[in-house]
Amino acid sequence: MADSKWMPRWFYQLASPRWCYQICGKLLPWFTVAALALLIGGTLWALIFAPADYQQGNSFRIIYLHVPSAILAQSCYMLMAVAGAIGLIWKMKVADMVAKACAPIGASLAVLALLTGAIWGKPTWGSWWVWDARLTSMLILFFLYLGVMALNSAIESESTAAQATAVLALVGLVNIPIIKYSVEWWNTLHQPATFKLTEKPAMPAEMWVPLLVMVIGFYAFFAVTLMMRLRNEILRRERRAGWVKELLLSK
Amino acid sequence: MNPKRKQRLLIVLFIVAGVGVAVGLTLFALNQNINLFYSPSQIAAGEAPTETRIRAGGMVVDGSVQRANDSLEVGFDITDYEHTVHVRYTGILPDLFREGQGIVAQGELDKSGVLQAVEVLAKHDENYMPPEVAEALEKAGKMPKPTGQEFNK
Repeated sequence: MADSKWMPRWFYQLASPRWCYQICGKLLPWFTVAALALLIGGTLWALIFAPADYQQGNSFRIIYLHVPSAILAQSCYMLMAVAGAIGLIWKMKVADMVAKACAPIGASLAVLALLTGAIWGKPTWGSWWVWDARLTSMLILFFLYLGVMALNSAIESESTAAQATAVLALVGLVNIPIIKYSVEWWNTLHQPATFKLTEKPAMPAEMWVPLLVMVIGFYAFFAVTLMMRLRNEILRRERRAGWVKELLLSK
Repeated sequence: MNPKRKQRLLIVLFIVAGVGVAVGLTLFALNQNINLFYSPSQIAAGEAPTETRIRAGGMVVDGSVQRANDSLEVGFDITDYEHTVHVRYTGILPDLFREGQGIVAQGELDKSGVLQAVEVLAKHDENYMPPEVAEALEKAGKMPKPTGQEFNK
């Protein structure tokens, strides 16, 4: 390997299902502990210690679920598309499995974002649902996840299914910037972003620090579910390999 | 990178860029249809169709809200700080409705340019703060208020 000077050894090992399975197994307990600590701590902080909003009162606290799940639903989609592209270009089996494992997690997160948004929208806006650009593009993201899952299960051959879903995921990638900038390009009922890279947040620290904790907690939780699904997928796809048989017999 | 992979990489980049351009052009062409509401300036410029269902959005003008004594009928002006539109509505307003609040009203523009609304939704802005902070800012006269341009986003 010519590039091995630049990348650590374990990075290349991730491409091998067997090593990937073991590396994920080692990382899992750490991420599980981090996810539990951050999510429990963040939830208590958000629900008990963060102050209420001057306009919305306590109903604004749903932001601590809504924003992290919306961010994660989009991050997960990007990971799925990038993994799909790697699978297409380098024909890497593990990348295909990552892409496949992402879809159901992303779909659940998109549903969570849509549901919490609707529950917040009813008391705040006066409507469960409005066909504005932000809400509609988020709904399209959910449908894209469903499409990826349906396409993957409709094709018998694993490698053809991975190729087809990777192309669909790449085509849908265009939706991500649309979701992000929908509130700026068009007028929408959904408010513009509270957090911008270049400005200080339109929210005091005692409100956004717990939100940050929840976002990091969601990322850790996402890593846990992804690695668990990935390990299952590796075992299923490699069930005829010697090391899997050994592993299962030893248990 | 071997030529085969290079070719596949180019195909992937071509798919992403091609779809991006196609969708970008479509959205640009459909720009006005994607906007949720017309701003008072657009209505004043005659861009909004009359006698058909549209949405109009703006800030409720301070002191413009008039309620009927014997019914739920209410009238108010909305503005983007350049033009104003008068709105009439019968029904229950959302909790966040108050003077200075951004709202989006759905209804028909009649011949005199009044929006006969059938639904009024409150538009929340991106500012969050605890009540004590809001009170202090209000006293100091530093309450953040979106400009017309920001509201129309």
